[in-house]
Amino acid sequence: MVCNLVSVATRVGAPRVVPARGIPYPTGDPSLAPAQERRWRRRLVQQALEALTTPVAEPTVFPVQEVGHD
Amino acid sequence: MTRVVHYLNQFFVGQGGEDAASAPPGRTQGPVGPGRRLQQLMGDGFEIVATVHCGDDDASGRPEAIAEILALAAEEHPDLLVIGPAFTSGRYGLACARLAAAAVEAGIPVLAAMHADNPGLDEAGAAPVVASGAVAREMGPSLERLAQAARVVAAGEPLTAAHGSIGRTRRRVVRAEEPAAVRAVDLVLARLGGDRERTEVPLPRFDRVTPAAPVTDLTNAVVALVTEGGLVPDGNPHRLESARATRWLRYPLHGIDELTSGKYQSVHGGFSTAWANEDPHRILPLDVARELEDEGAIGRLHEEYLVTAGNGTSVGNARRFGVEWAADLRRSGARAAILTAT
Repeated sequence: MVCNLVSVATRVGAPRVVPARGIPYPTGDPSLAPAQERRWRRRLVQQALEALTTPVAEPTVFPVQEVGHD
Repeated sequence: MTRVVHYLNQFFVGQGGEDAASAPPGRTQGPVGPGRRLQQLMGDGFEIVATVHCGDDDASGRPEAIAEILALAAEEHPDLLVIGPAFTSGRYGLACARLAAAAVEAGIPVLAAMHADNPGLDEAGAAPVVASGAVAREMGPSLERLAQAARVVAAGEPLTAAHGSIGRTRRRVVRAEEPAAVRAVDLVLARLGGDRERTEVPLPRFDRVTPAAPVTDLTNAVVALVTEGGLVPDGNPHRLESARATRWLRYPLHGIDELTSGKYQSVHGGFSTAWANEDPHRILPLDVARELEDEGAIGRLHEEYLVTAGNGTSVGNARRFGVEWAADLRRSGARAAILTAT
């Protein structure tokens, strides 16, 4: 699950959570230039795939390393 | 005179809708909007001296926002901080619950109002919360119950289920009429008599989710994209509801590499959809998912995406969608799903 409200997601038991940057754009960040935003989205999806291959016993958060505003 | 400070979001103080959702914390003297009716209902002896407010995105998304709102309220030296009602609004409810919890922490008497299904409720912790209606249309009766509860809390009395109290049960010291042994036997007899509800210690109901086993080999797996972000083809041909959805839809991704702006739109009613409509990949990451598919990182992408709008959705419907999605994906051979949630 890729979402912004991580505390809600984990509390209701979502097993694998990747934190996003804003409620209206779970797989984007309009403050970035288009190429950077796409890179950020790719990282999110890659991290989600990583989470899907990781065994978890309880709600677990898989943060993504920052992609800067360059 | 009981000094009351009232918290509302940007919408109910009249700042604006989604266009003002990032408004920072602010304060106005006296009651505003529904606060005027609340003032009337609480009656003499209560005065809403100020209304504090904040945009939903700011209040729920920026870590410092809650402390700032609380500071604005505290400067008015309230005898009681009244928060909401937030109905089933997610961001608003979360902000209300966190503000209530922060007020308890700071020793400020507080009362919040929201619907029992509000996803923020649990974050109110030990703060008293009174039930409101599910939608703003139920403002009238919600304010009546809130006013009644405000009088109870202001009098220093515990808020009980009879007053419409929801959320975590607060423990307090009371003198019982009968010793514990007698009460325990009474409960046993009641249970033997068929009463399954009676208890002195209501236990929280935990919704346990057993995590699915990890995918062992993604390079051979079919991965699905699903979302509650309300993303549908332009014009919303199948009329997905923007709030309190009762159903979900499926749309093909076969042969589609990108979600072009103008061909898809989000009809989600819980946030500004301007960014989603500008680039639908902000809701459903098809572009990079195709890239990863081409690179062989996953076996292949599922040929359709499943979608609903998660906005004020009842827990019952949400649970049903989840069960139906899982069954649908399993039947069609998808081995994993990435759910994007707003």
